Order: sequence, then structure tokens, then C-alpha cells
Amino acid sequence: MALLEVKNLHLYYRTSRGPVRAVEDVSWQIGEGETLALVGESGCGKTSTASAVTRVLPRNVHRYDGEVWLDGTNVMAYDEEEFRKEVRWKGISMVFQGAMNSLNPVMKIGYQVYEPLTTHLEIEKEEALDRAREALKSVGLPEYTVKRYPHELSGGMKQRVVIAMALIMRPKIVILDEPTSALDVMTQANIINLLKKLKQEERVGYLFITHDLALASELADQIGIMYAGKLVEIGTAEEIYSDPKHPYTQLLLKSVPLLRGTRTPESIPGTPPDLINPPEGCRFRPRCPFAFEKCTQEPPIKWGDRLAACWLLEKGGMAA
Amino acid sequence: MMPDSNVVLQLDNVQTWFPVGAKVFRQPDMVKAVNGVTLNVARGETLAIVGESGCGKTTLGRTILRLLEPTGGRVIYDGRDITHLTEDHLEWLRRKAQMIPQDPYSSLNPAFPIYRVLEEPLVIHNVSGDGGRSELVYKALEDVKLIPPEQFAPKYPHMLSGGQRQRVAVARAVILNPELIVADEPVSMLDASVRISILNLMKEVQAKYNIAFIYITHDLATAKYFSDRIAIMYAGRVAEIAPVDSLIREPLHPYTKALMEALPDPDPNNRFRDRLAIPGEPPSLVRPPPGCTFHPRCPIAKAGWCDVEVPELRELRPLHFAACHLAD
Repeated sequence: MALLEVKNLHLYYRTSRGPVRAVEDVSWQIGEGETLALVGESGCGKTSTASAVTRVLPRNVHRYDGEVWLDGTNVMAYDEEEFRKEVRWKGISMVFQGAMNSLNPVMKIGYQVYEPLTTHLEIEKEEALDRAREALKSVGLPEYTVKRYPHELSGGMKQRVVIAMALIMRPKIVILDEPTSALDVMTQANIINLLKKLKQEERVGYLFITHDLALASELADQIGIMYAGKLVEIGTAEEIYSDPKHPYTQLLLKSVPLLRGTRTPESIPGTPPDLINPPEGCRFRPRCPFAFEKCTQEPPIKWGDRLAACWLLEKGGMAA
Repeated sequence: MMPDSNVVLQLDNVQTWFPVGAKVFRQPDMVKAVNGVTLNVARGETLAIVGESGCGKTTLGRTILRLLEPTGGRVIYDGRDITHLTEDHLEWLRRKAQMIPQDPYSSLNPAFPIYRVLEEPLVIHNVSGDGGRSELVYKALEDVKLIPPEQFAPKYPHMLSGGQRQRVAVARAVILNPELIVADEPVSMLDASVRISILNLMKEVQAKYNIAFIYITHDLATAKYFSDRIAIMYAGRVAEIAPVDSLIREPLHPYTKALMEALPDPDPNNRFRDRLAIPGEPPSLVRPPPGCTFHPRCPIAKAGWCDVEVPELRELRPLHFAACHLAD
């Protein structure tokens, strides 16, 4: 059974011009100790998907439905209070982009790390502090970090603190939304190594949100490619990197400049569509070099053992 | 130094230091952002300056454009020493050397339509061309593939996507027909799929007008794609400088090697192995470590040598220089 399963998730935002269809009919699952990377361009709905899963929503929600199964329970049925108590931190915790800047500058690190323990689990302060030290140690920070203030730490150290916070309640799933994009290459590599270690040792499942296909391959067992609010292809890392089926996935891979190897990167012409009036049928159709008549109809995603929402798969796929 | 007509820019031991924490009766500390950089840029060439944040790459770019005055050394542009020229004497340089900034969302005046954004430099430098300014503006828009230009000229920046705005920034940089463009992280805020199109566009205008580019970035992979030569900077100095192929094939400085190790290419096997990453952080630029500034993090540093003597750039392969005592 999947640890976290999302079925037919929708999230639309209300605007003066009409609803923005940010997440449309998205389904996927994550098993224990497994990582799903959601990859796509900005505005493709990857961060909105994370907001929908954790129910951290803005005020202008137009439509919000679907199923979110956490460890066998549909938590979408929970009311706000149950959701806060049972799901946030304990079941699913989050490391948001630039989260290191969200640390409170006038509070010591220790307190900020153990706070969820005292508020959610009513654990005594002394014990909570011990667990904070332990959590900081597990992310490679010295114990005395508990007594430091955020300004005394470097960016990489603060990001480790935020990861320690996300782990202290021993959640089953951690959502990582561009967790290293504000960091330098070398610091990024160190943080990714840490996340790999935690994945193996603690068996946490990650939902890893990034626009970077090279970085995604550092953690992902499964990759979901999102385009204009929809999941257009999902598969194992091997399937996506070695045998992508959707033209968008193929073009996205070809746009990555390689450090090793000689392939010349290619750009994808055009821009993503307006999510208020997305094109009929396949949303990638206006930019797709292979589009044909049938693409004005909504393509199904399932073709045999592969999941790619493209009509070309009906004809057995195209030459990559 | 011999004036060489093929060289557009020469830096000779350039230092740009900033005073911090000045108090009465106390000498201020100096942040040595650029601390002795020597290099040349040929006409029509692209030199990438690659390094982590705080290595001094942006300060170096601003010093080259003389937006900052160096504290030491010499900056020679087209055979003319511009190191200490005052702003009144730099008007010609403002025309010949341009900049493409990082953030297309804050670098275009939101109250100006694109036409005015592009007309502004022409007005300031009193350039009108044969067919008037509008012809030059439309030509620049065509150069950057914002076609048809009549349609883009009246638009305001907020009506354009990030990639289109960066095209406007490129048009603004080329409209005065410059010899040198300093592009400071011009694609780091753009989506992966758009990045390549902007780099291709810069390549295109470079070939068309024979412009030299200084491409400042933290990303070795795009530097490899876009540049002829790469200079790796660490703590205010050049650690290694070489033609792209030579540097990528055989990095000689331990820092360059570490930087390359840290950067993944898409590969499903990446998740099964740890990335080699050196621990620690870049050093303080106020009190940089003695000797080689990289020695505290260097996996091969030799005590008594690397922490004492500053390594000079040595040519270890043809045109391939590295500042490391132990590289050979």
C-alpha cells in the first residue's frame, strides 16, 4: 500500500478574470522511503500540488477537491483541526523554498526546532531540547547549535536547521520544495547527500519539487512531469531519463545543458499557456512539434505499462 | 603592457576592496572582494567567470565596467588605462561596454514602454542613426526576435514573460553597438527551457556584431555551453583559467574538480551514490586564510607550503593556467 496517495486532485484559484486551473486531475503515489520528484517550468502547478496536499491554501480558492490518502486514511475528509493535529508535521512536513529565511531571528535555534514537540505532543521542555539536539546532530550540525541565533549560521547551516525541524516529529512524508535552490553548488551537494542519508536510514518518503531535472535525479525513484496544471507523464527515474514518452518530457530533457557529454542543449519554443483559458485537449499542443488533429481531444494517460498523456502513444509512440 | 589590437580588455593585478566597520581612531577592515586578478579578453570572445556566491565575481564585473573604482592594479580597455578615470571621462566607455543584469523583473523601468526602454540609451548618447531612433529601436527588437517589433514596442514590461524581458535587456545592451557586454547571471532566474534560448540569442548577437562577452555565473554547465574560456574564481582570485574543452576535460585545480563533482547531470543512477562534496564554506574576505585561500578546504593541501605561500597562476597546459602549488 502506498504511504501517500493522491487521486484526482484539483486546485483552482479565483481571480477577477476567472478561475486559474493550477492543479487539474493529478494522481500519484509515494511508497515508504520512496521519492517522487515533480518537475516542470514555473507556473506548472508543482508547488500548488504541494499546497493542496498539505492544505496550506490561500484565500482565493475556487475549487479544491480530490482524495489524499495518508497511510490508508483519506485525510481530505478531516476537518481543519483534525488535519492540523494528525497530518501537519506528524504525517507530512514541509521544507519550503527559502525556508531558511523563515527562521525567527530573535529566537534561539533550539526552541524553534523543538516547538512542534511541546505544542503538538505536549512533551516537557527538557526532553524536547534533548530531541532537538539529536535532530540537529542527525543533519550534521553540532549540539551547541541549539543555543545559536539564526544570524550566527550560514545559509547551508540554516537550511539544515529547517530540515531538522521538518524531521523532528518523525513524519512519514517530507515535502521538499526547491530545498536547495537558494544555495551554492557545493552546499547544495552537501544537503542532497544529507537527504539521501535520511531517506535510507529513516525511510522517509519525499515529495521533491524542482524545475531542475539534473537535481531531481539525485533523489527521485519516480518522476512526475507537470505542464500547465496537469501531470503529463509519470514513471520510474529509469523510464523518464532513458525512455521518455511524452514530447514535453523529451524536450525538457534535451534543454538541460550537460557538464559531461557533448549533446548540445535545445530550447523549447513558445511559452506555457494561460491557465485561465488553457487550450482544448492536450495543453502542450500549441508548442508540440508532433501535434495532430486528435490532440484537440483530451489524451488519456495510461497506455499499457507507461503513463504519458499523449495521443502518439496510441500509435505506439514516436521516434524520440 | 603592449597594446594589442585584438585584446579588448586587460586586467592587471586588479584589486577592489571595500572598507567595513570604520570607527574613529580605528582603521576600517577591508573586504577584499577582488584581490589580484590578471586576465585578458579578446574581441568577440566569451570569457565565463564562474564561482560561488561571495567569490567576488560580480564585483569583478562591476570593476570591469568601471561602475566601481579598483583599489589597486590596472584596468585597460582598448589600450586605454581606465583604472582611475572619473565619470566625466567615461562616457565613451558607457557606450562601448554594456551590461545585462540578472533580474529581468527589476531591471526594466515598469513605467516605460519597451520603446522608451530602448530609446533611452540612444537619447543619452545622442545617437540617431540615418533613419532616426525608431529605426534603431525596431532593429534591436528584431535582433532579439521580438517580432513584429511594432507589436512589442508599445508594451510595458509587466506584459512580457521573464524570457521576453531578458530579450529586451539584450536589445538594450546591443543597441549602442558595443564591443563588450558583461552579463551577470543573465539566465539564472529563468526556467531551464528558456535559458538555452537566451544563451543562443546572446551567441547570435555576439557573432553578428563581434561582441566580447563576460559571462558571470555560478553554473559550470551553462558556462561550458556558452563560453570560449572559463575562469574559476575563489575568494577574490582566479584559481584556474583555461579554454572550455581543456578545463572540463582536465580540471587542474582541486577547487575546480570539487565544483565539477558537486554538479550532477541527469542520470537515474545518481540516486544510488553520494556526490563527492567538500565540506566547509568559502572563507572570510576580510581575513582570508594565508597562502592559498582554498587550503582549509582542500583535500590535498600540504602544511607548511599551501598555508604559507600564495600560489601564482602557472601555465600547466597550453593556455591552461592554474593557481595551485600541487597541480602539475
